[in-house]
Amino acid sequence: NFCVIFITFEGFLSRAGEANFPLAKMAAQEVQPSETIAKLKSESEALKTKLEEERAKLHDVELHQVAEKVDPLGQFVMKTRRTLKGHGNKVLCMDWCKDKRRIVSSSQDGKVIVWDAFTTNKEHAVTMPCTWVMACAYAPSGCAVACGGLDNKCSVYPLSLDKNENLAAKKKSVAMHTNYLSACSFTNSDMQILTSSGDGTCALWDVESGQLLQSFHGHAADVLCLDLAPSETGNTFVSGGCDKKANVWDMRSGQCIQSFETHESDINSVRYYPSGDAFASGSDDATCRLYDLRADREVAIYSKESIIFGASSVDFSLSGRLLFGGYNDYTINVWDVLKGTRVSILFGHENRVSTLRVSPDGTAFCSGSWDHTLRVRE
Amino acid sequence: MAQTNSFGQTSNGEADDSPNMLVYRKMEDLIARMQDEKTGIPIRTVKSFLSKIPSVFSGSDIVQWLVKNLTIEDQVEALHLGTLMAAHGYFFPISDHVLTLKDDGTFYRFQTPYFWPSNCWEPENTDYAVYLCKRTMQNKARLELADYEAESLARLQRAFARKWEFIFMQAEAQAKVDKKRDKIERKILDSQERAFWDVHRPVSVYGLQNDIRSHSPTHTPAPEAKQPTVEELQEQIKFWQAQLDRHRLKMSKVAEGLLGYTEQYADYDPFLSTPDPSNPWISDDTTFWELEASKEPTQSRVKRWGFRMDEVLKDPAGREQFLKFLESEFSSENLRFWLAVQELKRRPIREVPSRVQEIWQEFLAPGAPSAINVDSKSYDKTTQNVKDPGRYAFEDAQEHIYMLMKSDSYSRFIRSSAYQELLQAKKKVGPSTLSTKP
Repeated sequence: NFCVIFITFEGFLSRAGEANFPLAKMAAQEVQPSETIAKLKSESEALKTKLEEERAKLHDVELHQVAEKVDPLGQFVMKTRRTLKGHGNKVLCMDWCKDKRRIVSSSQDGKVIVWDAFTTNKEHAVTMPCTWVMACAYAPSGCAVACGGLDNKCSVYPLSLDKNENLAAKKKSVAMHTNYLSACSFTNSDMQILTSSGDGTCALWDVESGQLLQSFHGHAADVLCLDLAPSETGNTFVSGGCDKKANVWDMRSGQCIQSFETHESDINSVRYYPSGDAFASGSDDATCRLYDLRADREVAIYSKESIIFGASSVDFSLSGRLLFGGYNDYTINVWDVLKGTRVSILFGHENRVSTLRVSPDGTAFCSGSWDHTLRVRE
Repeated sequence: MAQTNSFGQTSNGEADDSPNMLVYRKMEDLIARMQDEKTGIPIRTVKSFLSKIPSVFSGSDIVQWLVKNLTIEDQVEALHLGTLMAAHGYFFPISDHVLTLKDDGTFYRFQTPYFWPSNCWEPENTDYAVYLCKRTMQNKARLELADYEAESLARLQRAFARKWEFIFMQAEAQAKVDKKRDKIERKILDSQERAFWDVHRPVSVYGLQNDIRSHSPTHTPAPEAKQPTVEELQEQIKFWQAQLDRHRLKMSKVAEGLLGYTEQYADYDPFLSTPDPSNPWISDDTTFWELEASKEPTQSRVKRWGFRMDEVLKDPAGREQFLKFLESEFSSENLRFWLAVQELKRRPIREVPSRVQEIWQEFLAPGAPSAINVDSKSYDKTTQNVKDPGRYAFEDAQEHIYMLMKSDSYSRFIRSSAYQELLQAKKKVGPSTLSTKP
């Protein structure tokens, strides 16, 4: 046996520190009769079990079985068409502009860059006063970008046509959370932003005034991602978190209207299927899953024995037939959504793929990585 | 060295299922399978010059095993997975500090579980100093310090000048213990200890190994779940009851829906059908984008309007044509109301109350110039909402109008000669003289 004599006092002390008890909390809870809590708990559990049974009753066939009649996809040749170099550190997030060619990306060193990905030119650059800018989004008008991260805020920068203008001076702080900002998205207007945070909540904000319009409570841990429903009448969005849950929310009432809990670890990414009737998720449990809102359950799992690293970001091709997944093992796996098989594996990045989005018209997808680069592929 | 409990458990004894531990466990399951006597990788002792190389297997052995046992179609994928496992230190090349996998005869050895990443070692510089110091005490050519190690040792000697005696003593003590071991055992343990340091003090700053240990500040460990309160449990129960009351569709029906949608849009998916004339990212030609943005819609764009009403509402040219059609039927106020409410929701909150009044006056107030017809329930509700106007003041009315347009006007629009002629590309759409602003 290998006998190692390494001693550090710091390690010993921190272990002891974890043993303190929240005395005040214990006293408060003793006031509530524990029988009532136990009774309510078992009632809640019983209902949850019944819900799973009801959901399972309608599971008369598997998606891939029905999809047997669909023509299989051919071989794909997806090459990197553009490589965007310029970030000096890990790329954490990116978003497309509605003009289908511009991109905003953010990185660990606080830099936010706006590119014309078609020409690979950098058009704007902003340095945030914080590191780990984990979220960024392009405004629908194309005239502003939003970003945030460890500063617990979401800030909006209007994009000026004047190259000499200092963008940082025009910065507007919109959202305020009590923990890191994990994701942000404009609604179909420059005037509202939806955010998710490590503080376990999502929130809708009025950009002009910074007013909180609605907050969304229900996750039991950090919320890591969100996506707005694509419908023209849509008032819903889906969020995923470290509590392994994917929740669908009504933006108007703030209520959680549907909840799914089948992943075995953090959900890093959620994205609606283009019709809005379903959504996909990517998780640290190395699987991507498809949940249908009308069937009210998980309807497909995309996984392989050889894929053991987490999926960090997912997005659909325009028709919803393909699901692109960026993974922590530096690869991108392309899945046949209907048949459940993997149609392609793409190499190229030299570190984790942290973010992946298909362009608004589906002509390409862009992946960002901890290797400091972004790649546009078709 | 600072570490958590060696079984990957947190201080309260529960199994740690944080994302990193999940991946470590999966890799360790694979390692266990690789080490299986019957179905694993054959480990052997190789004779070399005057000595034996104990307990090794080749790089291609690993790749072949992965291909066979994980049903991987492509060697490249197996090599990639193997390289990641090597970078984490689960097996290592016996003659190289760079932890990568080569698909050839290069020799590799398994790491001992004591040094596995799941034990969450956080070795400190003093530990590294003791290790390097011990290495200099061992008179073996194979244990000579590499250049970068010698540099590190020199730096550490300067940094810890005052406690070097203490470090030296520890190194001596360890060297003494090592000497007592069996020669073969020592060879193996020395290489495993070296591989451990290759993970935690990698040779190059930009190595794969260095990135492996990098982590994101998210996934902060969930605070220990507090006991739910009575109110919280009652909320939960209400939620589950509401979910149980939900109307669900059968899987077969849902599957047909998903298949139908993807089939309908397959022709529009640039990954499935080449865009006309070309995909700008491949050809460097932006004609496709110019056509899509043009006020004169292509035939394929017009065809798409026929899929669902949302397609008409999404496309500015579609909205224009739909509006024109509705005007011919004297029912354009419906669409104009719908568009006005959409636009209302896009405004800053400050502008909402006055805009609500404007919309009310135009479309719903008694004697409104563009009076719309809504059911009495929605009308009453809207009347109430307008008194305390918010962004959703017209939600019920808007929903009613949307359904009306969808079930009635939209299907007539698609059947209309105006639309059909556009579809057959018989008629060209010129720049419109109509204003499309609500």
